[in-house]
Amino acid sequence: MINIGLGHYLTLGAVIFTIGIIGIFLNRKNIIVILMSIELILLAVNINLVSFSIYLNNLTGQVFTLFILTVAAAEAAIGLAIIVVYYRNSGTIRVEEIDKLKG
Amino acid sequence: MMAHAIFFYIFSIIAVISAIMVTVSKNTVHSVFFLILDFISISCLFIMIGAEFLGMIMLIVYVGAVAVLFLFVVMMLNVAQQKNQWFISEENSGHIPVGLIISTIIFFELIIVIGGWKYKPDLFNLDNMVSINQLSNTHSLGQILYTDYIHVFQISGMILLIAMIGAIVLTFRKREGVKKQSYIKQISRERSEGVEVLEVATNKGVKIDD
Repeated sequence: MINIGLGHYLTLGAVIFTIGIIGIFLNRKNIIVILMSIELILLAVNINLVSFSIYLNNLTGQVFTLFILTVAAAEAAIGLAIIVVYYRNSGTIRVEEIDKLKG
Repeated sequence: MMAHAIFFYIFSIIAVISAIMVTVSKNTVHSVFFLILDFISISCLFIMIGAEFLGMIMLIVYVGAVAVLFLFVVMMLNVAQQKNQWFISEENSGHIPVGLIISTIIFFELIIVIGGWKYKPDLFNLDNMVSINQLSNTHSLGQILYTDYIHVFQISGMILLIAMIGAIVLTFRKREGVKKQSYIKQISRERSEGVEVLEVATNKGVKIDD
């Protein structure tokens, strides 16, 4: 309990990853919360990469965490833009009512 | 070591609780605030284990930019009107057990992976945990980021540029009925279309069509 090692950080990453997946599956409210759950999943991946990078004393993990941050920011911007356009066209962003592609 | 353990547990408990609150909170604005809290505590963890640059970058990028972006979108879309029950669907609630089962399976798979990692403690040398380099984290990160990973770095810059252009193109709209100055139209006017010489008869007016 006292000696904090790699396993503690990996467990924290696993817990946050699972919470993000639960958020994606169970959400019925609006799609912005789903985007936030994706951010949580990326955060869990970042935790894993950084803790392995510190553990192995190898900076490559931190470099790739930097790139994941970049891609996450781009993804959030594009996703929110798509949500804004969808709301402008259809007037709702509730997950249940987004079924235009269902046919 | 004791302080490390105490701070790890404090920050990780805050992170996990706020991650749960992100998903179950009824108000979307509260979800964004809990997301900010989550990112702050995780960046505290990063700073604590020696990745200072990434912790600061996460504070700047997420709390400074992404969370504010989320807040702006929540504010613009007027989501507060769409009050409804949490996780409850009117028609079919069959997705809840399926989602829970899949999440539990994924969680146990991850835990199994971590357990398997613990069974091989001599796979990597544990003495490497003690950092021996004199450089700071930011310095050493910059040394490999601008040399070994320069192409990937530039590609990530291109990704940001494309994302910016895409977001602008997606949300751009032309509004009708807005009077705007058009320089090209003003400059390219000719005398023939601007001025007309009329013969005015005596005691009669001139009808100007506008």
